[in-house]
Amino acid sequence: MSELNLAKQQDLTKSTLKNLSPLRFITCGSVDDGKSTLIGRLLWDTKAVKEDQEERLRKDSRKQKDGLNLPEFALLLDGLQAEREQGITIDVAYRYFSTSKRTFIVADTPGHEQYTRNMATGASSAELAILLVDARVGILEQTKRHAMIASMMGIKQFILAVNKIDLANYDRQLFETIETEFSEFALSLGITDIISIPMCALKGENVVNKDLEHMGWYEGPTLLEALERATIRSKQTVGFRMPVQRVCRPNESFRGYQGTVSGGAVKPGDSVVILPSGIKANVTNIITFDLVRNAAVAGDAITLELDRNVDIARGDMISSIDARPLVGHNFSANIICLAQSGIVANKRYWLKSSSKLQRVVVEPISVIDLKSGQYNACDSFELNNIGKVKLRFEEEANFDIYDENPDTGSFILIDPDSNNTIAGGMISAKIEQVANIDNFNEEEIIVFSMPLVEAKKLQQLEGFKEISDKVQQTQTIKSKLRNLLSDID
Amino acid sequence: MNEPENHQKPPLEPHLKELENEAIFIFREVAAEFENPVMLYSVGKDSSTLLHLARKAFYPEKIPFPLLHINTGWKFSQMIEFRDELIKRYELELISFTNPRGVNENVTPFTHGSALYTDIMKTEALRMALDDGQYDAAFGGARRDEEASRAKERIYSFRTPDHRWDPRNQRPELWSIYNGMIKKGESVRAFPLSNWTESDVWQYIRAEDIPIVPLYFAKNRPVIERDGMLILAEDKRLELAPNEQIKQMDIRFRTLGCFPLSGAIKSEARNIDEIIEEIEVATVSERQGRAIDRDQAGSMEMKKREGYF
Repeated sequence: MSELNLAKQQDLTKSTLKNLSPLRFITCGSVDDGKSTLIGRLLWDTKAVKEDQEERLRKDSRKQKDGLNLPEFALLLDGLQAEREQGITIDVAYRYFSTSKRTFIVADTPGHEQYTRNMATGASSAELAILLVDARVGILEQTKRHAMIASMMGIKQFILAVNKIDLANYDRQLFETIETEFSEFALSLGITDIISIPMCALKGENVVNKDLEHMGWYEGPTLLEALERATIRSKQTVGFRMPVQRVCRPNESFRGYQGTVSGGAVKPGDSVVILPSGIKANVTNIITFDLVRNAAVAGDAITLELDRNVDIARGDMISSIDARPLVGHNFSANIICLAQSGIVANKRYWLKSSSKLQRVVVEPISVIDLKSGQYNACDSFELNNIGKVKLRFEEEANFDIYDENPDTGSFILIDPDSNNTIAGGMISAKIEQVANIDNFNEEEIIVFSMPLVEAKKLQQLEGFKEISDKVQQTQTIKSKLRNLLSDID
Repeated sequence: MNEPENHQKPPLEPHLKELENEAIFIFREVAAEFENPVMLYSVGKDSSTLLHLARKAFYPEKIPFPLLHINTGWKFSQMIEFRDELIKRYELELISFTNPRGVNENVTPFTHGSALYTDIMKTEALRMALDDGQYDAAFGGARRDEEASRAKERIYSFRTPDHRWDPRNQRPELWSIYNGMIKKGESVRAFPLSNWTESDVWQYIRAEDIPIVPLYFAKNRPVIERDGMLILAEDKRLELAPNEQIKQMDIRFRTLGCFPLSGAIKSEARNIDEIIEEIEVATVSERQGRAIDRDQAGSMEMKKREGYF
């Protein structure tokens, strides 16, 4: 285990563990890897399976294939009849269990490539992904695909569950080979937080209970220990955001704005800006059913009262003034196509994000080849395609970059013909509409050059925003700039 | 205005707070997106929790939609008393609906069997009540941990104009962005308690001091044993078979519905602390007391497809 993980672990033992937030995680792997068995085992060993469920389970189990006299754990999970009949998981199922330290919500998702969309759905709200591999088979293309999708959906913590290690004679060397192979691949995706655990889900070894009999050589945590220690990303360090869900008007004298804080924090007296109008106001009260509060943080469902009557409607964003979201008509995003109908260029779709519905036109740019990880140019998306698009809004939109704030950087696309949800998306950048020198009406021009980081700070300044339509910005590299500037005397 | 009762509660544990925030978000989202929502209210503990969350979500406004109670006519009398008291105290709008066909044809759980009775007095009644009110959204207190087919239920669960659920063809739900776009006649059932477990509900009821029907607490009550279930024998409408005898026992209910179909459990849990303690060590899931789930694997899925809640 790395030093960093050890430090994290020690910190946690010191703190009061029951104060942990629930952990939402996803399990990826195919039926053959024993995914449903693994979750079944977690539920079983944490006593989340009750006696009558057990009885039914034993009744429904068709075969006892292992002589362990255990029920088929998979039947606990594959709730739909079709799934029971076909023995596969076709939809996302949510499961719940808890220990004395933490509660857990598991999204159990199917492994086959045709169910990529279900995996993305499960991954969207998860903080951690368990990637299951069969120790005898090792890392498959599918394992890599799952890691890629999970990483794209913003998951930073991974557990590589090397299952069926009993069938590989508890071979330490084999485990370490798989661990290294995965780490190298994961690094190429920017994944660094990985815990690899050798286990046998069927027998329950290293899942909830440590196996010392066969795997004394393994010094890391059991699966449950690793889950108990997982961290939750804090959304309190970013700018204040509260998308307005509804306006609350119980009588003539009261007007409050109801919503959930989706970033940062707020307290009475704070100045805020309302987007898209740009009007500023001060927060006077934070109201909840229980009490008038002196602060609210990300996650809190509140009602805000402001010091002046301004025109605010559902879909507006109340934001801190100094750290605003990106505002504009054009954004680039990563999307996953969820519908058979696909996504076509230049069709007007509905986009829903943070309680706001807007019209948008989607320009497909490229689609990822899940086998090679390469992006190929494209002009439409098919079911389960993942790729990059440009979004063109008819009215000004505001977003954060998904990596900085998933709540205000995510969206779904809805087909206005069928009303179906056809894509999930993550904002990656705002596309700057820059001025063109051809439109400058003066001959004298000053060229500034500065590091990208500084330029980004400059773009955020209020004064700069006012003149941004008169400034042409071009990103380049040092060597090219040197040549360019040498031409200007 | 909707008045809060208690200003001095200790803060909720983080996992309950997160569940509460999620439920409030769903309430506000549905109330804002739909023209004519209604809240299904069954008087049980999940409904009590749902009602409490709804009051919180809209405060200082009153709940901006009516409550709908599908009354089979065979509910425990304590449930109806409790319901009427609560509606008065919180100044709520309640619609109580009983299937007129069932009344006319004198459909009872004794004469028609539990399956047909449930179909007419609950499933059909619900469809009729929803059609009557032309509701485009109906809140329910279902939880994903209750039953296998519910584990795949969406938060916004789409229904066709004839109230059917198609489990194979559900809209994907990513993050907490819900798709509320429907055509005329279609509707959505919204489940703010989707991610709650039975234990969460009880812990929340304790933390928030939510009133619930006294039948949830153990007491010495008259019962008969029928088909392996303990049936409360307080109601005149219960006809005893020749071999059945009324016994006094310390019992309580884990779920409440129609009294002839709700099985009690032997219990000494007389307050919420004791109930939570009992659940922590319980080895039997709460739906076990329900006659309607026990026919065969998948029976809940079939009922749900037909429009049962």
